[in-house]
Amino acid sequence: MTLLRVRNLRTRFATDRGDVRAVNGVSFDLAEGEILGLVGESGSGKSVTAMSIMRLVPEPPGHVAADSLAFDGRELLQLSEAQMREERGSSMAMVFQDPMRSLNPVLTIGRQILEVLRRHQKLDGPAAKRRAIELLETVGIPSAEKRLGAYPHQFSGGMRQRVMIAIALSCNPRLLIADEATTALDVTIQAQIIDLVKRLTRERGTSVIWISHDLGVVAGLCDRVNVMYAGNVVESGPIRELFHRPSHGYTLGLMGSTPRVDGVGVRRLTPIEGVPPNLIEPIKLCPFLPRCRVSVPACQATPPERRDLGGGHWAACLADLAPRSVAR
Amino acid sequence: MADAPALPTPAPIKFRGSLALAARQFPRNRAATIGFVILLLICLATAFAPWVAPYDPIQIKLSMKLKPPSFEHPMGTDHFGRDVFSRMLWGGRTSLAVGLLVVGFAFTFGVPLGLASGYFGGKVDNMLMRLVDAFLTFPPLLLAVALVGLLGPDIKNVMLALGLVQAPILARMIRGSALAVREDVYVTAARALGASPLRIVLSHMLRNMVSPIVVQLTAVFAAAVVSEASLSFLGFGTQPPEPSWGRDMSEARRFLGDAPWMFLAPTSVIAICVLSINFMGDGLRDALDPRAWRTRRSVKADA
Repeated sequence: MTLLRVRNLRTRFATDRGDVRAVNGVSFDLAEGEILGLVGESGSGKSVTAMSIMRLVPEPPGHVAADSLAFDGRELLQLSEAQMREERGSSMAMVFQDPMRSLNPVLTIGRQILEVLRRHQKLDGPAAKRRAIELLETVGIPSAEKRLGAYPHQFSGGMRQRVMIAIALSCNPRLLIADEATTALDVTIQAQIIDLVKRLTRERGTSVIWISHDLGVVAGLCDRVNVMYAGNVVESGPIRELFHRPSHGYTLGLMGSTPRVDGVGVRRLTPIEGVPPNLIEPIKLCPFLPRCRVSVPACQATPPERRDLGGGHWAACLADLAPRSVAR
Repeated sequence: MADAPALPTPAPIKFRGSLALAARQFPRNRAATIGFVILLLICLATAFAPWVAPYDPIQIKLSMKLKPPSFEHPMGTDHFGRDVFSRMLWGGRTSLAVGLLVVGFAFTFGVPLGLASGYFGGKVDNMLMRLVDAFLTFPPLLLAVALVGLLGPDIKNVMLALGLVQAPILARMIRGSALAVREDVYVTAARALGASPLRIVLSHMLRNMVSPIVVQLTAVFAAAVVSEASLSFLGFGTQPPEPSWGRDMSEARRFLGDAPWMFLAPTSVIAICVLSINFMGDGLRDALDPRAWRTRRSVKADA
């Protein structure tokens, strides 16, 4: 069952120097219960894609268009803002990068959880409080009852992110978007949070879009990955398939610049030279071409088409990278 | 869980209402408490002026004019032989009423305007702020004079005029804070959880803007008391022989060399009032901001 269908999603921002095409034709499907990774460097359009799905892009200056943006069969772009508000927090929820700043500093943790329960589940009084305690216990916060009256600054970063997850999952959403949810945390806490998300979403059959620039995190958590570059998905595939056979110059570059601990070859990390393209200028050829180390002469002439590599794996790349997998 | 020991306060935190917690915080700030008590005393003294004041504030007794402080007249007498202390008490009724009502007026109009402007931005912001600009182009006192001149010299019109002068100043400041707070991640997070604009503004943004608002309101109060004095001096507002701090202060100027006590009473009570309000504002700000809360001095010994 497809929960979310995105077809040709285009998000632009008006600036004085021209329209920035932050997301430029993103298409993908998200199945129910699937965990999808979105990876790419800063500015590749991962967050804007997520914000566009939640319809949280401020308009103006932003503008979101798509051939289809269907969540559970409903076209999100046709919903009114009031209808969207009903969905946000109840059927789709989001966890942000910085747990230090995504909780309101002057409201108690309890109040912030209760607010959502009251808003979407019409729960109030002792029933709501019981549910809030239950939620905090689920995400592993000790003496949850006492913690309800605590303020965010009394919590550590990991605890706050747990609270954010508790709030996000409070109304049993069908889609959870985590935007760099563990980036601000140290690695041990990061691992705990990932385990937590994995366990809770598997239990409930929640679909997850996990945004990260950390390939390691994505490899450990996701079923499928979309690699994004310059506002577009350049390669997509099941996790094993994509990691074994990266088939886009950019994916290859990302992997070459990521340290590995599994001992496949001792090698130096190779950075990707250059900078991402200016998204105001229209891009005709492969957006990664100026930085690509594996380009072929054809790249200078024609824009790359999606090339199906079997098993749900495809890449928009003209170079045949099969013989030079990452395990060089 | 593994990160439990990293918590800053292992002491159990009781689930109390945040208002109750804030109320417990306030007395811990000594300056704020003193400010509050002094202000309370001044308010009570002026409210009960008819009973507390030893003399009639407008009774002229020329034989007693310009007498220095004595047991009979603790703060001396003025150039008409009126008791300065009694005038101070009665004058407080006008001055404090002006101060409080102007603060109230500025708050009721300035805060919603500023919030709307800052939250919605764009066209709404542009329209509201041009309106505010129009008000701000006039020197505040001149605008107040013009308004009172238009409405007629009366203390009610003075309050209205000063409120109209102060509200745009407050609105401009609130807009600034709202613009900053609006960009905070928790505002986006609240939106992502389906919170309505009204809820975002009231329960998320306003709560985080308490400190600038409180600080600005204390400034508005001080400005109102002083402006009332200026207006009265110019012949608008309080009409002689009615007492008000500002009026008496400006009248006393002429006798500064001969009877400094005449000047000292109203000026020091204005200064004390403004200072108390400032301290109180500070305390209020800290009490309403959980991040600034002080904990008890010592840890309870384990039983």
